[in-house]
Amino acid sequence: MNAPVPGALTSSLLYLDGVSVSFDGFKAIRGLSLTIAPGEMRAIIGPNGAGKTTMMDIITGKTRPDEGTVMFGGSVDLTRLDEAAIANLGIGRKFQKPTVFDFHTIEDNILLALKSQRTVLKTLFWQTASAQQKRIDDILGIVKLADKRERLAGSLSHGQKQWLEIGMLLAQDPKLLLVDEPAAGMTDGETAQTAVLLKEIARDHSVIVVEHDMGFIRELGVKVTVLHEGSVLAEGPLDQVSANERVVEVYLGR
Amino acid sequence: MISRFLLSNMDRRGYVFLALVAAIGLLVPLANLLVPAGSPFHVSTATMSLWGKYLCYALLALSLDLVWGYCGILSLGHGAFFALGGYAMGMYLMRQIGSRGVYGNPVLPDFMVFLNWQELPWYWWGFSSFPFAMLMVLAVPGLLAFVFGWFAFRSRVTGVYLSIITQALTYALLLAFFRNDMGFGGNNGLTDFKDILGFSVQAQTTRAALFAMTCVMLASGFLIARGIVSSKLGKVVIAIRDAESRTRFLGYRVDRFKLFVFTVSACMAGVAGALYVPQVGIINPGEFAPANSIETVIWVAVGGRGTLVGAALGAVVVNWAKTMFTSGFMAPYWLFALGVLFVFVTLFMPKGILGTAQGWWEKRRKPAALPAAEPAPAE
Repeated sequence: MNAPVPGALTSSLLYLDGVSVSFDGFKAIRGLSLTIAPGEMRAIIGPNGAGKTTMMDIITGKTRPDEGTVMFGGSVDLTRLDEAAIANLGIGRKFQKPTVFDFHTIEDNILLALKSQRTVLKTLFWQTASAQQKRIDDILGIVKLADKRERLAGSLSHGQKQWLEIGMLLAQDPKLLLVDEPAAGMTDGETAQTAVLLKEIARDHSVIVVEHDMGFIRELGVKVTVLHEGSVLAEGPLDQVSANERVVEVYLGR
Repeated sequence: MISRFLLSNMDRRGYVFLALVAAIGLLVPLANLLVPAGSPFHVSTATMSLWGKYLCYALLALSLDLVWGYCGILSLGHGAFFALGGYAMGMYLMRQIGSRGVYGNPVLPDFMVFLNWQELPWYWWGFSSFPFAMLMVLAVPGLLAFVFGWFAFRSRVTGVYLSIITQALTYALLLAFFRNDMGFGGNNGLTDFKDILGFSVQAQTTRAALFAMTCVMLASGFLIARGIVSSKLGKVVIAIRDAESRTRFLGYRVDRFKLFVFTVSACMAGVAGALYVPQVGIINPGEFAPANSIETVIWVAVGGRGTLVGAALGAVVVNWAKTMFTSGFMAPYWLFALGVLFVFVTLFMPKGILGTAQGWWEKRRKPAALPAAEPAPAE
C-alpha cells in the first residue's frame, strides 16, 4: 500500500519516498511515502505525535530527513534547499498557530506575502504596481478583511488571523499549499466558511490539509491519508478509511 | 527615484526633526561666529563643540536604532564601528601634521618615531588623502560588519548569543588597539591634530564648519534610515524582528536582509565617529570599551526604540544630563543615575520618551478624532 506506483515521480507535484527522521533517537517519521498529484487536495489526519507537523517541516526545509527522497515537480530535490528557496519554488505554508506580523497592518501582511522577487534591492526600491494593488484588494475581499485593512494584524481575533494567513498564502500564489489545522480554535460557522474557502483555493492550487476535525474533513470531501507513528496507515476516501479496523483502533475509536 | 525614496512616507515628526536639525546647524555656528562674545545670544566655541559631540552620538544612536529598533538585532558592539570610523579620520589627521610633530619626522607620526619604526606600515598608506580617508571611514566599519554579519546571520545566531558576540567583538578590538605594535598609537591613541583640509582644527571657523557638517550628516543619516524603514524592505525587516521564521517561509532570505541593515548601520556609525574625532581632538582605544556600546543602547531605549527621532533625542538628552551631572557635586553618582534612568525607563516608559509622549498626545486627541477615525465600510 505504501509503495508508490512506478512512474509516480514524474507525474507528481510532491513525491515522498522512504523518508525517515529521528530526534534524539525518537523516530518521528519512519519510511513515509506520499504522492500528491498536481491540482490535488489531500487531507492528512492522525493522532498526536503521528508526525504530521514533522512531515510539513521536512517538505518546507525546516527539518532535513535522515534518509529518503523528497521531490517537488518531479525533478527538484527539496532536501538540498533551505526554507526561503523552497518558498520561492512555490510551496506555501500555514502554521498550526496563526503566525502573522502583528505590528504590520493587514494590508501590509498581504503585501509582504505577495508573489514578487525577494531580493534586497528589489524590496528596497519596491513600488506597488496597480495590478498588484488590485490583487491585494481581491485577496482582502476573499478573506473578508477588506474593511479592516488599515488595522494592525495583532488586533485581529484568532479566527481572523487564520483567515489572514490563508490570504497571505493566496498572495504567495504557491503551486502547493500546506495548511496545518486551519479550523483550530474556530467557531462552527467559521469552520464551515473556512472549508468553503479552502475548496475554492483548491480549484487552482494543490493543497495538503492537516486537520483533526472530522466534520471539517467530511466537508472538504477529498482523499484522506492517515498517519500513525510516522508512516502511512491508510489512504483513500474518508468513508473507506474510517471503516478500516486499524484506523479505528489507533485513532477514531478512542 | 532617489528623492522619492528618501522623501516618500515622510511624516510630520520627520519634518519637524529635519527642520530642527537644519535650524541648529545654521543658527549655532552663526551665533558662534557673528554674535559678539558679550551678547546673551553668543554660543561659545566650547559649547558648540560639546553639542557637536552630542550630535555625533545622536547619529550613532540612530544607526543602532536601525538595527535594534527595526530589525531586532541588539548590537552591544556598535561602539566598535564608531571607533573604527574615528580611527580612519584620526589617521588622516595624523598624516596632516607632517613635520610639525615633536620629532619633526615628515612622514612618521610621533608615536612611530618613538617606537623606532623606520617606515610607514602599509595600512597607513593613502591616509594623507582626504577622499581616501573618507572612503575608509565608510569601508572599514562596513566591511567588518559585512564579514561579521555574514558569518553570524548565516549561522542563524540570534538574540542574546548575537549580543554577546558583538560585545566580544568590540572587546577584542579594544585589546588589539591597546597594543603598541598594532601601529595605532596604543594606549594614547591618536591626538595633537593640527589641520583638516588645510584649516586648523583649533580655529573657531573650522569648529563651526565641523558642527554644521555634523548636522548635515545627522540629517542625511536620518533621511537614509527613514527611507529604508519606510520602504518595503523596512517592512520585511520589521517582519524579521517580529516573526523571523515566518518571514523565511514567505521566501525572504532573512540573513541577507539583516546583513544589509547591519552594514548600512555600521557605515553610519563610522561617519559619526569620523565627525566626533576632530571635534573632541583625540581618539584612543577607550572608545572600543564595551561600556560605551551599552550606553548607546541606553540612549536608544530612553529616547524610544524603533522611532529613529527618539534615538537621536535620547542620545542628546542623556549626554546633556551626563554633562550636567558629572560637572557638579553629583559627579560620583552619575553611573548610579544612568542605571536608575535605564531601570525607570524600562519599567515605566517601555516606549521611551518619544513613544510615551506620543501616547499622551494621541490620548488627548482621541475623543475629538474618534468619529473621523472610523473606517469607511468596504464595498
